[in-house]
Amino acid sequence: MSTIDPVKTMAEPWDAGSPASSRILAQRALTAIVPSDSIAGRSLTAVVAILTFLAALTAGVVTMMVGSASDWQSEVGREVTIQVRPVSGHDIQADVNAAIAVAQNTPGVAAVRAYTKQESEALVEPWLGSGLALNELPIPRMIVVKLASGMTPDFAAMRVALAAKVPSASLDDHRGWIGRMRAMAETAVAVGVAILALVVVVTVLSVTFATRGAMATNRPIIEVLHYVGATDSFIAAQFQRHFLFLGFKGGAIGGAAAIALFGVLGAMNAWVSGTPAGEEAAALFGSLSLGITGYIAIFVLIVLMAVVTAFASRRTVNQTLENID
Amino acid sequence: MIRFENVGLRYGVGPEVLRDLSFRIEGHSFQFLTGPSGAGKSSLLRMLFLSLKPTRGLISMFDSDIATLSKDDRATLRRRIGIVFQDFRLLDHLTTYENVALPFRVLGKDEASYRAEVVELLQWVGLGERMSALPPVLSGGEKQRAAIARAVIARPELLLADEPTGNVDPNLGQRLLRLFIELNKSGTSVVIATHDIALMDEYDARRLVLHEGRLHVYD
Repeated sequence: MSTIDPVKTMAEPWDAGSPASSRILAQRALTAIVPSDSIAGRSLTAVVAILTFLAALTAGVVTMMVGSASDWQSEVGREVTIQVRPVSGHDIQADVNAAIAVAQNTPGVAAVRAYTKQESEALVEPWLGSGLALNELPIPRMIVVKLASGMTPDFAAMRVALAAKVPSASLDDHRGWIGRMRAMAETAVAVGVAILALVVVVTVLSVTFATRGAMATNRPIIEVLHYVGATDSFIAAQFQRHFLFLGFKGGAIGGAAAIALFGVLGAMNAWVSGTPAGEEAAALFGSLSLGITGYIAIFVLIVLMAVVTAFASRRTVNQTLENID
Repeated sequence: MIRFENVGLRYGVGPEVLRDLSFRIEGHSFQFLTGPSGAGKSSLLRMLFLSLKPTRGLISMFDSDIATLSKDDRATLRRRIGIVFQDFRLLDHLTTYENVALPFRVLGKDEASYRAEVVELLQWVGLGERMSALPPVLSGGEKQRAAIARAVIARPELLLADEPTGNVDPNLGQRLLRLFIELNKSGTSVVIATHDIALMDEYDARRLVLHEGRLHVYD
């Protein structure tokens, strides 16, 4: 076995140093341990942005729907009507005035307005057509009674008073159809919330899998950090911080895009307001304004995306380290 | 420094790939670990590097029974060991300087506290002009030297090298061997896993020979 003397072979071509290179090096900032700009990272950001956009759209529509249903219910619930039927030999205008007086004397009533004869005839025109001599028809007269906010009048007493003073009058508190409409609105809201919940669950699962996919390309980094003596918590923190940023960035892009879309729709809604199409849209979707609840919901989604990506990356790091050991 | 007593290793429910290994690695020592392909050299290196647990027996490292160590304790112990992989395992997005400085970085040290040391070592291994280069543009020999520099930068007490000359020409292999000898002279215990007989003939050192799962020691 031949041997070599290391002392005599110390001089190697690589022994020549370069002070200049160290000066150049001193001016550079250290590269992040986890690559900040990778194909997998950009893909994950795009996936998170698209999913957040879809989830934010769903959240926005659901919050608008909840707001519209609530506004509509309170609006309709604050109103009752008195119907005064014409009776031969009776002056219907006198009956209307008497009914108005009864309504005005009832505690909890804010305002009373009787439909004029012309307005009442206009109400039946869609069914009977125009150009008829409506004067000869016994068309009932409507009185709209607005209720004071926060007070519920004694409708039973009001009915008794009306029966005593205006026998041809009847009070309709809309309770029956308000109940049905309320049930319908609540069902629609429940369906909307259920869809939102499903969208959020699907989004969370998709982001989790996308994060794991992006993490797969980082296994060599985890291994090297492990082999150079990094603790598990140090490695997990590196990836968690990086993916928290990626998730927040993707979520913010998707959330901002959804808010911008709602802004455009709101502007379009304002532009067509007053037109028949605008009225139809308003009837269907309400004001098309996102409202503070919608903004909060979208912000929560953005934070959720960031937390999910960070958590998924940490979990993947821990699983990888378990496999290495 | 390191003591193996009746250590055995099997993967899953398969047969034992390493059987009844009993040996010591003393401080400041130099040894080759050799044997035919598939003899278990890499498995033994992984056990020495605490990334593989034995299925039986006792391993004591730096006066600690490794079976009783927590994960963080193992990470702390691993910092006293440097390892050079056959495939280098350099991170492609970090410069040569950053790769070599990684052991300091994971300790949370400020760059100013280790910059001079890293630069000095890189110059010593002949990479002074390649500090800002990324691994994909380094030659095989340069990658190997960068990997060795990363393994020794934190002054480990034990250096493990897995086929360090496997990817380089014989001339560079001899130069790398001299580098390991120099490191050993400066106080680091060295274990070089290789099946390169010519390389082992270059330096008279202790040989640990694995054959059919058993270890034969030739002092």
